[in-house]
Amino acid sequence: MFYRESGQLKSSYISDQAMFPIAQDRWFVIGVLALAFLVVPFVINEYWANAILLPFLVYALAALGLNILTGYCGQVSLGTGAFMAVGAYASFKLVGFFPEANFLIVLALSGVVTAAVGMIFGLPSLRIKGFYLAVATLAAQFFLVWMFNKVGWFYDYNLTGMITVRPIDFFGIQITGPEATPAAKYLFTLTVVAVLALSAKNIVRGRVGREWMAIRDMDIAAELIGIRPLQAKLSAFAVSSFYIGVAGALYFAVYLGSVEPVEAFDINQSFYVLFIIIIGGLGSVLGAFLGSAFIVLIPILLKNIMVGGMGFGSGMAGHVEILLMGMLIIFFLIVEPHGLARLWQIAKEKLRLWPFPH
Amino acid sequence: MNLRKLTGAAVAAVLALPMFASGANAYELVIPTLDYRTGPYAPNGIPVANGFTDYLNMLNERDGGINGVKIKHVDCETGYNTKKGVECYEKIKNTSPSGALAIQPLSTGITYQLIPKASVDEVPIFSMGYGRTSAANGKVFPWVFNFPATYWSQATALVQYIADQEGGFDALKGKKIYLVYHNSAYGKEPIRTLEAMADKFGYEFRGLPVDHPGQEQKATWLQIRKEKPDWVLMWGWGVMNQVAIKEAASIRFPMDHFIGVWWSGSENDVMPAGDAADGYLSGAFHAPGGGFPVHDDIRKHVYDKGLGKGDRDRIGEVLYNRGTVAAMWTTEAIRKAMEIHGTKEVTGKHVRDGFEALDVDEARLEELGLGGFTYPVKITCENHEGPGKVAVQQWDAKAKQWNIVSKFYEPLRDITGPLIEADSAAYAAENNVTPRDC
Repeated sequence: MFYRESGQLKSSYISDQAMFPIAQDRWFVIGVLALAFLVVPFVINEYWANAILLPFLVYALAALGLNILTGYCGQVSLGTGAFMAVGAYASFKLVGFFPEANFLIVLALSGVVTAAVGMIFGLPSLRIKGFYLAVATLAAQFFLVWMFNKVGWFYDYNLTGMITVRPIDFFGIQITGPEATPAAKYLFTLTVVAVLALSAKNIVRGRVGREWMAIRDMDIAAELIGIRPLQAKLSAFAVSSFYIGVAGALYFAVYLGSVEPVEAFDINQSFYVLFIIIIGGLGSVLGAFLGSAFIVLIPILLKNIMVGGMGFGSGMAGHVEILLMGMLIIFFLIVEPHGLARLWQIAKEKLRLWPFPH
Repeated sequence: MNLRKLTGAAVAAVLALPMFASGANAYELVIPTLDYRTGPYAPNGIPVANGFTDYLNMLNERDGGINGVKIKHVDCETGYNTKKGVECYEKIKNTSPSGALAIQPLSTGITYQLIPKASVDEVPIFSMGYGRTSAANGKVFPWVFNFPATYWSQATALVQYIADQEGGFDALKGKKIYLVYHNSAYGKEPIRTLEAMADKFGYEFRGLPVDHPGQEQKATWLQIRKEKPDWVLMWGWGVMNQVAIKEAASIRFPMDHFIGVWWSGSENDVMPAGDAADGYLSGAFHAPGGGFPVHDDIRKHVYDKGLGKGDRDRIGEVLYNRGTVAAMWTTEAIRKAMEIHGTKEVTGKHVRDGFEALDVDEARLEELGLGGFTYPVKITCENHEGPGKVAVQQWDAKAKQWNIVSKFYEPLRDITGPLIEADSAAYAAENNVTPRDC
């Protein structure tokens, strides 16, 4: 009754082509953004920023990137961890070269570098598909992480091979390092993620996004109707890697502060992001956020309930958490194989009739 | 009551519980630990955590805490994973009533993560024998303590041991010393020192990395079999240790020429290889075995009351003792802080001063029931490493016990000193730290 589009007449092309054509959706998104931008920064503390919201946002962004490639263009990639590493190391080196540069520019350049690397490793996608492509991107994963650990130039020849972010100011407000306030870190990350998420939403419903989806659904048919696979696939790799690279730079600079390549960007990281989009929903911008919330936040919630509320030992809780997480993933995949985004869609359809279903 | 109400009530109860729990108004000393009882590093993480917790519980049960103030031990599971470590740290650093008084990250990676935060949050980091070696320079790292010895001191001690076996430093010339290391910040720590010594003493050095988690080492040991180094050192942790010792046994590498760091020398590491591990060596800064008076107290006050964290018969294992000695130094630092500041309600800031003025001598060790367990430690403003002495212990597979087989070697400070100076200066420059005067 409350959620329906009847009566919302569109009288111009602009309103017909709006990103969120249904008024309720539009208001919902505006409401969430207003809450995130105007309320959360005032109540946030370090625990909520560093342990919960920053990883949630960073992983949502990485998942968004992978979703463009896998969900929209149908190219399976297991190189997400490595591409995040490219973004992280690019931002580290760029900040080293240009300490005075605006961090947004550094982020964008890190994304561009990652996009270039992603396109190189995306070249095999023109010849191989599916699982075979996954294995080819696996090569990127192992090669890049090995390289960052091996070649001293990337980590400025320090003793341990770890990279540590310098304190960076963004228009006079520190956004990295221990002195940065949680609100500053959070707002900076949120802004980047919000802008990129809205752009992604726009890209995927435009010409480029439709090309990707055509390639995903049937590449031969897409070719026959005039879509060039080379451009479509490589642009998907480029855009996807750009997002993942920016996510990697944020992951390193704002969220963690110092990283060790093998631990922070290993193959588990790639799987982690892949699970996020599978749980969240392939081919859905919202899915990246829902999946990230599920995979990043549920373990912390479970842990806090078990240790803080129920008095479990930390080790016991650790094991039960792994168990429960596995069960929850299986449960959700059985209930809704298309992910949490699909559940949301079903909920919206039900909402049209609610509370009078008959 | 329908399901929804029931869930609501359950959620409310869960949310309310911590409030009641923290309702106690007596001052308590919060000592957090970042443990790992899950994952590939759990075999080594568990005994350390048990030894640490049991000692704190023993103090609570026997003396009612430190000078009558109860200890509140808070643990958090990291799985040796940096991201979880960050979550844990944020969670526990402000635990009421005292806030974290000292933090034990129990992981070099997490230590690196926390070092810049320590001075901002005013939580001293006690990375006992791990973490960033150059944190030994108290001028640049006022909040970090890594006594009783660092990896670099240990590397020099192990090379001194090798020299003793070979017949002096001159005999090292032309020898091949290899390092099998965990390919991480932790494993890479000793490389620079070993290289510097290679230049000085003329041995041939080579590092062989093993990737996390360390189960796959066939290629590494094939290389060792081919190139036949005279000595192999190992910087390993977790499951990597057992695999390395088994691999070494399978290529019949002489165990008494294979020396692990002190994190690669516990019962868990050698037991899986059985008799083949006999003679394996490792670094040590405290005694193995469960026969010290402190262990009797732990059995009596903790295990007899059913409060023990682990198995009674594993008290006194090497890593259990490692946890115990860490807890001892932490609590002594808190005691010292109370003494200096004349208050029982100490905070992290006070405890930092306590660490810096720490002086646990023979007599004090005797009082604590740890006579002869380790060597005296005295910390000063500029030296956060303390004495830096390291001995070598050897595994006796028949008796199933470790024995210390060497003297405690003094570190070669002429080698480690300049390296520490250079590395801490680099840190200071990168992070805009002005070294303080000592």
